[in-house]
Amino acid sequence: MTEIALIGMASALGAGLCIGIGAVGSAIGEGLAAAAALRAIAQQPDHTATITRTLFVSMAMIESTAIYAFVISMILIFANPFWNYVIAQGAG
Amino acid sequence: MKYSPDLYILLDWGWGQINATLLFTWLIMLLMTGGSWWITRRLTSSTTISAGQNLLEVLVQGMVDHIEEITHRPAKRFLPLIGTLFLFILVSNVLGLVPFFQPPTGSLSTTCAFALLVFVAVPAYGLTTRTLKNYLGQYIRPTILMLPFNILGEISRTFALAVRLYGNVMSSTVIGIVLLLITPIFVPVIMQALGLLTGVIQAYIFALLALVYIASAMEEEKGEV
Repeated sequence: MTEIALIGMASALGAGLCIGIGAVGSAIGEGLAAAAALRAIAQQPDHTATITRTLFVSMAMIESTAIYAFVISMILIFANPFWNYVIAQGAG
Repeated sequence: MKYSPDLYILLDWGWGQINATLLFTWLIMLLMTGGSWWITRRLTSSTTISAGQNLLEVLVQGMVDHIEEITHRPAKRFLPLIGTLFLFILVSNVLGLVPFFQPPTGSLSTTCAFALLVFVAVPAYGLTTRTLKNYLGQYIRPTILMLPFNILGEISRTFALAVRLYGNVMSSTVIGIVLLLITPIFVPVIMQALGLLTGVIQAYIFALLALVYIASAMEEEKGEV
């Protein structure tokens, strides 16, 4: 197997695994947060505004881990430093 | 495939270049300042007000109410920074629906600039209500062992602020492009509508997090350092 094929395969595999596994944790976390917030709203409908605002903030916090995974897989696919290095080696 | 507006180079002089991020940032600045100037030219306090004045009043009053509800302080000091961040990100994200418009918030340079702004604003606002000793004391709380973790937390939340906004806006652009290749008829429209929702929520979240960070830095901490 040539170097280019190996790097391409590993990058694609790594990108898929990265976002695939990375999204799981944040999805579970967001589900738990939403469930807890819905329960709180059902018990105290008067505090809906405060609960919703806190929910948004915590959702954003939880979601950022999935966003990191997404950014990493985007880098692996579209701006891969290893791939660029090998291409530059081959060209030069 | 160009996933970042940084990659569209419009003018290049060798020592500097103008890319789509800069162009659209300036366009939004022009649009917002020009629009605000046009509307506030003829302000009136009579019972019949123009639609534009109504819109701006609703926006500003809504932001003031929100800020006062969260910080329990007069909103006047926060409104210039937080309101500008919110409105700029909001307009930029919403205009992303316009064809050929690249939202400048989809570039890591823009969001990093915003996050650095918040990073500097947090101690700047915090030192207006607290002494330097008290402010620095929060880093060695509860013990001096926590110092590296507190500093790391400060840096990583700035980084998270930048990457969160960038990732969300960029992902809706990328998803749009990918879906155009797979199902070009109807599905991209739905994802665009979803992108609109995400854009508005992200603008709200960015402003809210910046406000929460600033407000927590202004809280006087009790107890001995």
